[in-house]
Amino acid sequence: MHPKTREKIILTLAGWLAAGVIFFPIFWMILTSFKSEVEAVATPPKLFFSPTLENYVTVRERADYVHFAINSIVISVGATLLATLIAIPAAYAMAFFPGKRTKDLLLWMLSTKMMPAVGVLIPIYLLFRDTGAIDTRWGLIVVYTLMNLPIVVWMLYTFFKEVPKDILEAGRMDGAKPKQEVWMLLLPLSLPGIASTALLSIILCWNEAFWSLNLTTSQAAPLTTFIASFSAPEGLFWAKLSAASTIAIAPILVFGWMSQRQLVRGLTFGAVK
Amino acid sequence: MSTVVLKGIEKSYGTVQVIKGVDLSIDDREFCVFVGPSGCGKSTLLRMIAGLEEITAGDLFIDGQRVNDVPPSERGLAMVFQSYALYPHMTVADNMGFSLRLAGVPKEERRAKVAEAARILHLDQLLDRKPKELSGGQRQRVAIGRAIVRKPKVFLFDEPLSNLDAALRVQMRIELARLHDELAATMIYVTHDQVEAMTMADKIVVLQGGVIEQAGTPLELYHHPRNLFVAGFIGSPKMNFLPAKVTAVADGATTIQLASGAELAIPVRPGRQKVGDALTLGVRPEHMRLAGEGEITGDVKVVERLGGETFLYTQLQDGTMLIVQADGEVPTNVHEHIRIKLDPATCHLFDGDGLAIERVQRHPLADMRRLPTRKAS
Repeated sequence: MHPKTREKIILTLAGWLAAGVIFFPIFWMILTSFKSEVEAVATPPKLFFSPTLENYVTVRERADYVHFAINSIVISVGATLLATLIAIPAAYAMAFFPGKRTKDLLLWMLSTKMMPAVGVLIPIYLLFRDTGAIDTRWGLIVVYTLMNLPIVVWMLYTFFKEVPKDILEAGRMDGAKPKQEVWMLLLPLSLPGIASTALLSIILCWNEAFWSLNLTTSQAAPLTTFIASFSAPEGLFWAKLSAASTIAIAPILVFGWMSQRQLVRGLTFGAVK
Repeated sequence: MSTVVLKGIEKSYGTVQVIKGVDLSIDDREFCVFVGPSGCGKSTLLRMIAGLEEITAGDLFIDGQRVNDVPPSERGLAMVFQSYALYPHMTVADNMGFSLRLAGVPKEERRAKVAEAARILHLDQLLDRKPKELSGGQRQRVAIGRAIVRKPKVFLFDEPLSNLDAALRVQMRIELARLHDELAATMIYVTHDQVEAMTMADKIVVLQGGVIEQAGTPLELYHHPRNLFVAGFIGSPKMNFLPAKVTAVADGATTIQLASGAELAIPVRPGRQKVGDALTLGVRPEHMRLAGEGEITGDVKVVERLGGETFLYTQLQDGTMLIVQADGEVPTNVHEHIRIKLDPATCHLFDGDGLAIERVQRHPLADMRRLPTRKAS
């Protein structure tokens, strides 16, 4: 066998293996959601069984899926829009008018992501209580915006950096004011980058559980809270929990699947020129 | 009237000074070329005139008005970038009409003005295309068209031809000269290519290390370079430099002795030079002749035959390399020993500081200007 071919086969196998390991829990969750509670906890685990939709029926009866799903959509999209709106001018300034400390500032912004969220739980909770933000969509939108802002600024900064400076300068010579420069030149030119940044932000918001569990109860609770409600307090019902999880992640999974190409470009930003 | 005047212009980035006090006056309808090696500050100077770089010190006047603090778009300038900097998401027509759109010019008027510019630049057929569907030369023309549409007081060009291939560059050079004539506008043009400078300029400004080495007409710089740098920079192949010693100073000429022992009386004014001073003799390759009675002898190391002319790279006894331009028909070959004749009237003398010693006679064409361009309608 040609060494190139062998290398290709090995890499392909390794790729499939890694994908399998990553996908297995999701696969098993979906499988479990079609089992009865008894089959779900059977040892050894059963791969073949008679599938049932019973869990989905129960989940639908016990909680208003649509209510949670709408909250998830509103909060994810809202936080993403807000973060992008704030990040665009910031990243524009950083990319095209950098100061001596711009790099340090960017690193510092990113470093805030290294802090465990639980570290600021008490102050945030108190702030939320005092401002009446607990269990409101806008409250969660604010928290998610702040949470994703460093990443959104960082990614937009990287994408803006790829736009040739000359083009914006030509715009300036043509009489474009900063707002027109951003709106008529920079944004259309970095649209793919902005799209992938927004996609990533939506996914991060959708999957966020720590803040949603701590700051919402029912009114503004997103799908993560919906899932968690099936793990309490009467004990664990694996099959129902799986069914709830499956319908909670289904929209974002489909969404991610459809926007794969944009996402890959976004996640490998800076790595490939 | 569109004049540009720079007074004591300086630019610093932190503690690094890149433009060190530039005084320059560019006349109405003049084609002024900034030329110099890379890093000499020519592009920075242009960008300061454009308003894309802040002026650290000094005053910039356009049409007599101080514009240091006027934003780029209000200076009445248009700039053509080296990278063309076309807006990739817009059609050619939209690219050219962008400034008018920003200025709130009605659509019909905009279309008419774009069509007019497109006609001048032969872009009529391409107005609906996107930049990526154009060739390099076409993109260049769109970039120029974008500038024309604004009817600016002054056109700024930042190395606009350096991304084009050789043939296209020559063609665009001619087109730009024609355009300058047709538009009768003041133009400032940055290049590192001294051929572009020589062929297009009314005035060449030679920059080095952030200062103007010399400004003047192309032939003034060619025949009366102020110092060694300008002498070496203008002209291709570059001027030859030979060490020499002063043996006599008279009113009409200074006699020098070369390393070979040959003596020459160069017609320069009696300046500071004294007998015994070490000077540099400058001779252009095209001013040397192969002749039996020549003062200099050397061995030919490399022969470049261009057909019309031949360049002989000749090593002298003291090791100095000379470039001699000879006729295309010259049969001289490598390893041959040749004698070279110098014409004192075409020789240049530079003192110990590298400054030219003034020649007795000014070249008759040194102050010749091109025919004035047509007046703008």
